[in-house]
Amino acid sequence: MVRAEAVHKRFGPVEVLKGISLEVAAGEVMCVIGPSGSGKSTFLRCVNHLEKIDGGRLSVDGALVGYEERGGRLHELPEREVARRRSEIGMVFQHFHLFPHLTVLDNVCSGPVVVKRLARREVEEAARELLEKVGLAEKADAYPRQLSGGQQQRVAIARALAMEPKLMLFDEPTSALDPELVGDVLAVMRSLAEEGMTMLVVTHEIGFAREVGDQLVFMDGGVVVESGRPREVIASPSEERTRAFLEAVL
Amino acid sequence: MPVRHPWRWVASAVVLVLLAMLAHSFATNSNYGFGIIGGLLFTRPVLDGVLLTLGLTGAAMGIGIVLGVVLAVMRLSPNPLVSWVSWAYIWFFRGTPVLVQLFLWYQLSYLFPHLSLGIPFGPRFVTFNTNSVIAAVTAAILALGLNEGAYMAEIVRAGILSVDAGQSEAASSLGMRRLQVMRRVVLPQAMRVIVPPTGNETISMLKTTSLASTIAVIELFGAVQQIAARTYQVIPDLLVACAWYLAITTVMTIGQFYVERHFARGAQRSLPLTPFQKLRGNLAVWRIRVAGSSR
Ligand SMILES: Nc1ncnc2c1ncn2[C@@H]1O[C@H](COP(=O)(O)OP(=O)(O)OP(=O)(O)O)[C@@H](O)[C@H]1O
Ligand SMILES: [Mg+2]
Repeated sequence: MVRAEAVHKRFGPVEVLKGISLEVAAGEVMCVIGPSGSGKSTFLRCVNHLEKIDGGRLSVDGALVGYEERGGRLHELPEREVARRRSEIGMVFQHFHLFPHLTVLDNVCSGPVVVKRLARREVEEAARELLEKVGLAEKADAYPRQLSGGQQQRVAIARALAMEPKLMLFDEPTSALDPELVGDVLAVMRSLAEEGMTMLVVTHEIGFAREVGDQLVFMDGGVVVESGRPREVIASPSEERTRAFLEAVL
Repeated sequence: MPVRHPWRWVASAVVLVLLAMLAHSFATNSNYGFGIIGGLLFTRPVLDGVLLTLGLTGAAMGIGIVLGVVLAVMRLSPNPLVSWVSWAYIWFFRGTPVLVQLFLWYQLSYLFPHLSLGIPFGPRFVTFNTNSVIAAVTAAILALGLNEGAYMAEIVRAGILSVDAGQSEAASSLGMRRLQVMRRVVLPQAMRVIVPPTGNETISMLKTTSLASTIAVIELFGAVQQIAARTYQVIPDLLVACAWYLAITTVMTIGQFYVERHFARGAQRSLPLTPFQKLRGNLAVWRIRVAGSSR
């Protein structure tokens, strides 16, 4: 589903991604861990073209991200096409970024209504079902600021799911939450994984990575230091940097 | 211990003395002509002037707001040419006096006696005859509206920039395109920042329309000037204009409160109370107190 080959990204003179290669198969959950500033968010943002890559190849579901190959040369995709491809990828942010001027239900409906141009009536039922699924059916008419962080994050997941994405990106979805609210969000993500959603999850929740993840990637300084099956990497890391990081977070 | 505010008492005394002096001057100086003012307020020419003033304000603000939104979005466009065009527009219209622009548009209506809408160098769909009384009003609306657009653009831009970048990213990640992100997510949130200065601009525009009297548009100020020229009662006439400007401004201020309240949805956990709701709340508290003390 996601294939990265030597992906490079720089901000001005600073090279943030120094050749990231990884592959996520359809239905797989890949967790990405690593110290602050190692480029995890940047990589995730590259996957749905919120950032442009400067080198290497990055493709989602067989199609290059943000570019099109014609006659052996890369052409930048028009805005319309970039947006269409983004609509197939759900993204959940550390700070939720719900639309504060819309009710919870309108937040969840916003994607299908605006992007797919479906009538509000048509999508409302599905939206309510999604809210049910994340355990917030009774909050449909509340505004985001009236919810706790954990509730907001679950609405954000429902909002992304409303577009029926084939890939979900999570950027530290529980890092901004109080410890007692983390569990609800992880439970929603776990059930999503069990339904077979392809997920790329940046997280500091080692327990979640071990139990739900199919692959674990440890990033540091813009490179993939180590990757493998989560249990093996966590139990017996082969790299010293991984060992030090795991010791610090566990 | 009750808190004492001795300076409030001093200030109140000063204000009272000043008010007394003003009242004394009103009562004893017949040049104000208060008797005449009441009679003039609702005469035909004055009312026509008021209507034209309101029309000019509405039309100019309408053009200004639409143009301001377009220019602000253009200014923030990733396309450098589009952004530059907006910058140049704002640079020109903000950098020249509105009175000069007013005369310029008025003169242009002589330069181009026919104004037509159509394909450049191609067929014309509509043609306006510009050289008439309508020309002066049109010139005034254009001048005030186009000038206002430059100011509104900066207000709208500030509003857009006040919205957290995460909002556009979240909307983009759902697959919304740039203009959809603007219209559905960013602008509605920017309104909270945009509305108060826009209220300010509207009130300012109400008064700026009086400049149109210089190109023979008989709006409120033009109307009272004409009356004054006939009757030589200059001060009562000017006071009539002041009374109308003040009355309209007051109504606008009240309207602004409700518009602001509308766009505060979701920004706070609860909406601010309207003055009526506050009054009702105070009355309820007062009634409870009265009921409590009578028991
Ligand atoms: N827009 C930007 N402009 C310049 N530098 C940036 C930008 N975005 C990120 N960086 C830099 O890129 C590096 C990687 O950032 P990134 O957000 O990807 O790290 P991260 O691994 O997600 O860290 P964290 O765990 O703190 O979220 C950091 O040093 C950051 O300062
Ligand atoms: Mg990050």
